[in-house]
Amino acid sequence: MQADAVYPLPAAPRRRRRFRLGMLFMLPAFLVMTIFFLGPALYAVYVGFTNLALTGNGAAAPSWVGLNNFHQILKDSQFFAALRISLTYLVGSALIGQAVLGMLLALLMRNRRPLFKTVLGGIIVACWVMPDVVAGYLWFAFFHADLMGLGTGTGLLNTIVSTFGLPQHAWLQEYPMAAIIVANTWRGTAFSMLLYSSALEGIAPELLEAASIDGAGVVARVRLIILPMLKGTIATDLLLITLATLSDFTLVKVLTGGGPGFDTQLLTIYMYQHAFNFYQLGYGTAIALLIILTGAILSLLYIRVLRVEV
Amino acid sequence: MRRRWFIPTSAASYAILVVLALFFLLPFLWLIVASFTPNANLGTVWFANASLDNFRYIFDSGYGKGFENSLVLGTSTMVLVVVLSCGAGYTLSRYQFRFKKTIMLSILFCTGLPVLALIFPLYAMYVQLGLIDSTPGVIIFFVASLLPFSIWLMKNFLDSVSVDLEEAAWVDGCSTFGSFWRIVLPLSAPGIAVVGILGFIGAYTNFFIPFILYSSADKFPASVELFTFFGSYGQINYGQIAAYAMLYTLPAVALYMFVARFFVKGINIGGSKG
Repeated sequence: MQADAVYPLPAAPRRRRRFRLGMLFMLPAFLVMTIFFLGPALYAVYVGFTNLALTGNGAAAPSWVGLNNFHQILKDSQFFAALRISLTYLVGSALIGQAVLGMLLALLMRNRRPLFKTVLGGIIVACWVMPDVVAGYLWFAFFHADLMGLGTGTGLLNTIVSTFGLPQHAWLQEYPMAAIIVANTWRGTAFSMLLYSSALEGIAPELLEAASIDGAGVVARVRLIILPMLKGTIATDLLLITLATLSDFTLVKVLTGGGPGFDTQLLTIYMYQHAFNFYQLGYGTAIALLIILTGAILSLLYIRVLRVEV
Repeated sequence: MRRRWFIPTSAASYAILVVLALFFLLPFLWLIVASFTPNANLGTVWFANASLDNFRYIFDSGYGKGFENSLVLGTSTMVLVVVLSCGAGYTLSRYQFRFKKTIMLSILFCTGLPVLALIFPLYAMYVQLGLIDSTPGVIIFFVASLLPFSIWLMKNFLDSVSVDLEEAAWVDGCSTFGSFWRIVLPLSAPGIAVVGILGFIGAYTNFFIPFILYSSADKFPASVELFTFFGSYGQINYGQIAAYAMLYTLPAVALYMFVARFFVKGINIGGSKG
């Protein structure tokens, strides 16, 4: 503020000009977001209440149908099956898999050698930045079973299992849920790990040292110092991975296609079926709104339970 | 007493980490081995007759178009995201104005909106605008959906560039734009690289958006091409698929490794103030 006095121009006009330039800098980004991101988002709220479709009546003149779509969805037992599957997937792969494994990795890697950290971190991050479709194929091959001898080869997991003399399984058909949970844990752990590692760096080593001099063991140090101090980061992480997992589609689509039967039909796959295979865009969008609602409820829950200010 | 504790803990840590490393590493084995093995199947996990035939086939058979399309999507998205988020991030970092907090909160909220939920309304909107099956249409949606997170990151990075240097430049007669161009941008180069590369990876690896918005096969990016490649040919050649997947994955991983150490600084979003 004091620097104003030495500006070559009188302060007020200069500041006004600077302000206008600032707004000009911001304008293009907000224009693009408003038209192509907020636009569809608001339109989604409208479409969810119409019978918009790709063919038939709803295509020519979509009309307002009120809560009809939602009524229909809530009457569909498949919706609840999909919701249950999505939530199982969320709890198993994100909350338990990614968050816990990410925290464990962040804690264990704290005082390891730099080279070791770089290599292991690199492998884990590679799983995360690789394209979804490729990740799906990797796990498809890993779980593959050729029990009928079609010549497609025995996947690595079955090879390992039979080396130990155990029976082979058609994992993707027999344990589809466990399979997609493991695959998504593998894929997404890097994000939680990175978030927690960077937050751990913010904890002063003296604090942990002091605790350990006072006789606190590893478990006590983690439970009484590290976890409470990381509460905010944990909430942020849970929030972000929940939203990401609820809207996951590609990995499961490639790996199981939602099957066998409907056993791994996530909400998003159920939505895709209705919108693009049955051409009911209004109905599909209503499902999307319910997915957002689920995400919002869970986010509020985390913030409440972990008592953080956002 | 405490000494005794230290050594086993460290050894145990390494042991657990090695097991976890195996978990993350094993699925890669098929991709790497199969891509170098002609006539590979899903069970090919050790080198028998390694050759570059699969890669040669990908280059000779015209599948390169998918990579080209993905690179176009990635690069255009990267450039637009960097330019737009630099501008917005600068204003949000340097200026105080009414509604700034509201704007930051809405940006955070948008970061969490699942793109998947927007795709059908977007599809309906694009039908009206004639943007279905058009590359600019796909790019602009990538840009719009990546902007909230990019602006957030960019603001965090710009916040760490001291205002003092800029003020010194103004005193010496530099214009606002001049100080932005000559001082802020060079100093925040790592942040810009992170935002740019995440933008590139976001568009380059995405499957769902092009899968929905494109209808002509010659416009498909590598992700969609790989997906259709897998299903639509009678005799599936797994070696070629692996080689294709490998070529597709490498640029994304390599680019990320390039900025990895800067990224961690930027994502520490607000959480750990305590």
